[in-house]
Amino acid sequence: MDFYSFLIQLLNGLQYGLLLFLVASGLTLVFGIMGIINLAHGSFYMLGAYLAFALVSSTGNLFLALPVGIALAMMFGVGLEWLLYRHLYARDHLYQVLMTYGLILVFEELRSLIWGDDVHGVAIPALLAGSFPLTDNLSYPVYRLAISAVCLVLAGGLYWLIQKTRLGMMIRAGAANREMVQALGLNIKLIFTLVFAIGVALAAFAGMIAAPVSSVYPNMGAQVLIICFVVVVIGGIGSVWGALLASVLVGMADTFGQVLLPEYAGMSTYVLMAVVLLWRPEGLFKR
Amino acid sequence: MRSPTRLTVVLLAILLLLALFPLFGEKFYVQLAAKVMIMAIFAMSLDLLVGYTGLISLGHAAFFGLSGYVLARFAPQYAAPSLWTSLPLALGACAIFAAVTGLLVLRTSGVYFIMVTLAFAQMLFFVFHDTPLGGGSDGIYLYAKPEVKLGEVALLDLEDNQVFYWFVLGLMAAVYLFLRYVLASNFGRALVGIKTNEHRMRALGYSSFRYKLANYMLSGTLAGLAGYLAAMQFGFVNPEILSWHTSGGVLVMVILGGMGTLHGAVLGAFVFILLQESLSNQAWFGPLAKHWQLALGLFIIAVALLLPRGLAGLAQWRNRHG
Amino acid sequence: MAETVLRAEHLTKRFGGLAAVNDVSLELCLGQVHALIGPNGAGKSTLTNLLSGDLAPTSGHIHYAGLDLAGLAPERISRLGIGRSYQKTNIFLPFSVFENCRLAAQSRRQRPWRLFNSALGFGDVNAAATEALDVVGLGGRREVKASALSHGEQRQLEIAMCLATRPQVLLLDEPLAGMGPQESQTIIALIQRLSASHAVMLIEHDMDAVFAVAHRLTVMVNGEVLASGTAEEVRASPIVQQAYLGDEHGALDV
Repeated sequence: MDFYSFLIQLLNGLQYGLLLFLVASGLTLVFGIMGIINLAHGSFYMLGAYLAFALVSSTGNLFLALPVGIALAMMFGVGLEWLLYRHLYARDHLYQVLMTYGLILVFEELRSLIWGDDVHGVAIPALLAGSFPLTDNLSYPVYRLAISAVCLVLAGGLYWLIQKTRLGMMIRAGAANREMVQALGLNIKLIFTLVFAIGVALAAFAGMIAAPVSSVYPNMGAQVLIICFVVVVIGGIGSVWGALLASVLVGMADTFGQVLLPEYAGMSTYVLMAVVLLWRPEGLFKR
Repeated sequence: MRSPTRLTVVLLAILLLLALFPLFGEKFYVQLAAKVMIMAIFAMSLDLLVGYTGLISLGHAAFFGLSGYVLARFAPQYAAPSLWTSLPLALGACAIFAAVTGLLVLRTSGVYFIMVTLAFAQMLFFVFHDTPLGGGSDGIYLYAKPEVKLGEVALLDLEDNQVFYWFVLGLMAAVYLFLRYVLASNFGRALVGIKTNEHRMRALGYSSFRYKLANYMLSGTLAGLAGYLAAMQFGFVNPEILSWHTSGGVLVMVILGGMGTLHGAVLGAFVFILLQESLSNQAWFGPLAKHWQLALGLFIIAVALLLPRGLAGLAQWRNRHG
Repeated sequence: MAETVLRAEHLTKRFGGLAAVNDVSLELCLGQVHALIGPNGAGKSTLTNLLSGDLAPTSGHIHYAGLDLAGLAPERISRLGIGRSYQKTNIFLPFSVFENCRLAAQSRRQRPWRLFNSALGFGDVNAAATEALDVVGLGGRREVKASALSHGEQRQLEIAMCLATRPQVLLLDEPLAGMGPQESQTIIALIQRLSASHAVMLIEHDMDAVFAVAHRLTVMVNGEVLASGTAEEVRASPIVQQAYLGDEHGALDV
């Protein structure tokens, strides 16, 4: 493969990886801080994509749809946490798996009832619809670059939030010692609700900005969830840094796998996971 | 807790009822009952891991599907395979897959284990979906059910609805008995010890890794038995049998019935399949039947929140409180 | 002359930059109780973890039965004849007292291939478990669920499980923790009886108990050995008195 083809695949891999990171970071945060394994996390990604479809269909503008979608997703997250997830905090992983598995089924059927089972597309906003020329006949879509850029900004924002703000400090403290934080008078319940809502919003946002390039279709949530699990296993659970590195690795492995060995592309991420497991069973960055 | 003899009497009564069922049951229901018993074997195999060793596998469908695919691939194109060769081959494949993946997967624990087992099942899904090993998304058809012959004499005609039913019933009873023995043995007691306090077991001199690996292989092989029977019953295999829906479903069965009891797994399989069948029955629910997974999902959430010890636990609770 | 069965040489365990155990050497002899004392955080439990295999040393050796135990898995070390009881009760709470000991005894003759033989049918295992229970005095509580035992009885079970594996070396980590005076006397008498046929390492804060049973004493402070020798030598040492035991009139100063 020549240099420009390689560059294109590299950018694709990076973009896919960064999108994965947004979703995976929510998953790993919720587990790291609240101790909940959430199988329905992929459904939030799907929710974002369908919200993008619905909102862009009615408003015609993705930039308008994004803040509305995020707000809706956060409200949804808060509601879900209050109604269902807060019962899982002290429970065995088994019950978390059971309940969130039931939730996946519910979400999939609700999606089917509300939006049907067809595949939908979302138009790329005109502002970002152009292509960045690379050579005489190769160019790279501006929108994909925009996705990567936005994800990087968000990743930076997440880092800043967790490492440099008081809220982030409380979040990290709550992860390390829940009782102590409560004893200090900080409202741990509020922190948990907030973290959960942020996780939902991140996944939904990822789904929204990915919708124009990956389409909106049933089962997209499950697909992304399983890949996110691989990311979390490779990166180490609870580690946002690990999730970033692992997401990019997985993104690259999958993208290049599809180009170089299309028959075995689906397996490439799992082979990567197996290799990491051999070397470091607790992930690259143990918490 | 019930005295052992009372439970034994109940189980024997159920066994007798099940044995007599094909004599007066309609063909559709006999087939459904056979399906339930196949899933009961599947659920018992997972209970070994989840209920008795504390290993939550979300990828058990891997063995279920692998076994079916091995049967379908091994079977000649226009003739019936022999049970004597195809069954050991399918089970052997599962045992080897369990050994290889177990060596990797058992290095993890807790949440990682859940995620990694799911991932490996998904990997196998892609193997059969994308590579020439499988038949793509359409799957592979089984021309005829395996034959059970001694020389030229046919011992069992598995194409017969009733004979197949009794064959499955016999196997389910055998698996149940086998597991009862295993769990009462040194090996079984060690597994429960590992589930209760793995650290202390190691401090006492048990190689917990080896026990878990052996259990994983046993569990995977039994799941393979279920998968083999299921492939026989359906007559074809496709990648969907390796999906996380299958893995999730069997896990629900085990928890629903009450894990760590073995008979709970059987009960859970029965209730789950019956629930599936009735909720998707269009004659009863009309157009809503298409969305039966919504009701199932809500049911599962309710069980998770309200019934911590499953249905078997409910029976125990009622027993104690009169 | 007491026979040395276990010799730890220059054991060090670092966690990042911190040396929890620093160049510690120790000998355990058959027929003797070697007490390990020191303030909290001195590294006593870490050292015990190094000997039992729960942690691998950063450097150093542990000579036992012609092998170097450093870095071996805990199950291997246990099978070689080293038994350990824990400071924080580490029993199988849902099982009966007997089953706790039976499982411990089964570890010596595991026989996992005997799938069709009931675990309860192995006479040698049952006998070892019963013996261990009788030695600690829990013989009459066989069928009681471990979670229903009193704290003192749980500590007794903790030791019984250790004994049921018929070890040569006993690592007892604060066996008297949380016990009243009468219960403590029982355990101290037990340790004295056991010392005749085992090599015992005892970690304790109860100084009366320590001086009642110990033949040798090692004092650890900040991960290092402050003093080591016979009980009388260490007791009389002015360095130790100042650092740990306090002066003749005063109480313990940590």
